[in-house]
Amino acid sequence: MNWQSWQEFLTMGGYGLYVWGSYVVTLVILAAEIVALVMRRRGVIASLTKYYAARRRNHEAKA
Amino acid sequence: MSTSKRFSWFYFSSPQTFYPLAGRLQPWFAALAVLLCAAGLYISFFVAPTDAQQGEAYRIIFIHVPAAWMSMFIYLVMGFWCGVGLVFNTRLSSMWATALAPTGALFTFIALWTGALWGKPTWGTWWVWDARLTSELILLFLYIGFMALQAAIDDQRRADKAGAVLALVGVINIPIIYFSVQWWSTLHQGASVSMKSAPSMAATMLIGMLIMALGFWMYSIAAALARVRCVILERERHTEWVMAEMGERT
Repeated sequence: MNWQSWQEFLTMGGYGLYVWGSYVVTLVILAAEIVALVMRRRGVIASLTKYYAARRRNHEAKA
Repeated sequence: MSTSKRFSWFYFSSPQTFYPLAGRLQPWFAALAVLLCAAGLYISFFVAPTDAQQGEAYRIIFIHVPAAWMSMFIYLVMGFWCGVGLVFNTRLSSMWATALAPTGALFTFIALWTGALWGKPTWGTWWVWDARLTSELILLFLYIGFMALQAAIDDQRRADKAGAVLALVGVINIPIIYFSVQWWSTLHQGASVSMKSAPSMAATMLIGMLIMALGFWMYSIAAALARVRCVILERERHTEWVMAEMGERT
């Protein structure tokens, strides 16, 4: 085990800012990509549903 | 269209057949990514010992090196699909290229960011115009340029062609990044893992780095599969199968 206490784990031998700055930013970026992908899928489905509905109305108006 | 029922390697090269397959595979790659990254993080922080020279600051390399590998590898895969798309005019190849670019750009940014945070305590500077750093920055601009160019052209086929040409020209940058530390010995050190010689690092450090790299690999596949599914729906919205998929009667 490398760490005797939480304090030691967080300070990373004086390099805490650099080490956690790297890991936290990486985690935030990957999490943001996952959220963006989920939102994109929902957005695509919503816009396609709207698009088909508009098209159907258009067809019915013509008929 | 072939009417034969026999198995063909091209069967999954159609968006219609690939879409459900991608949906089935995606959760497995996502689960593998979570497991491998968890194991990799555990090794990075609790198993790998403190580095004699760099102290704890070296723990940044457990994400820096895998992210840098992914940034280059994703570009090669993207370039491959761009080439296939240009030559064979296959729709799915261009969709793959479009789906891979954002994830590649993110890993390039992560490599640059973690590199800066590693460089400050060990080199004494956030950034230098070193050959490796500069060519990696150019890689980020190539990804961004590819996405911007594709987004700027309305006609999808022309957008794919223009993007593919840009991406293929940019492939020349990958060997430049990879060999930059040998060709110009500026500041960035040489490879820590080599096929020819024993790795210049402790076994636990190496294993941690490789497991993180595998985790990033699985993550990239999962993210690209999720994105390619969105791209397929957007681009194939006029087809009957997408209408059926969305529960629309034609």
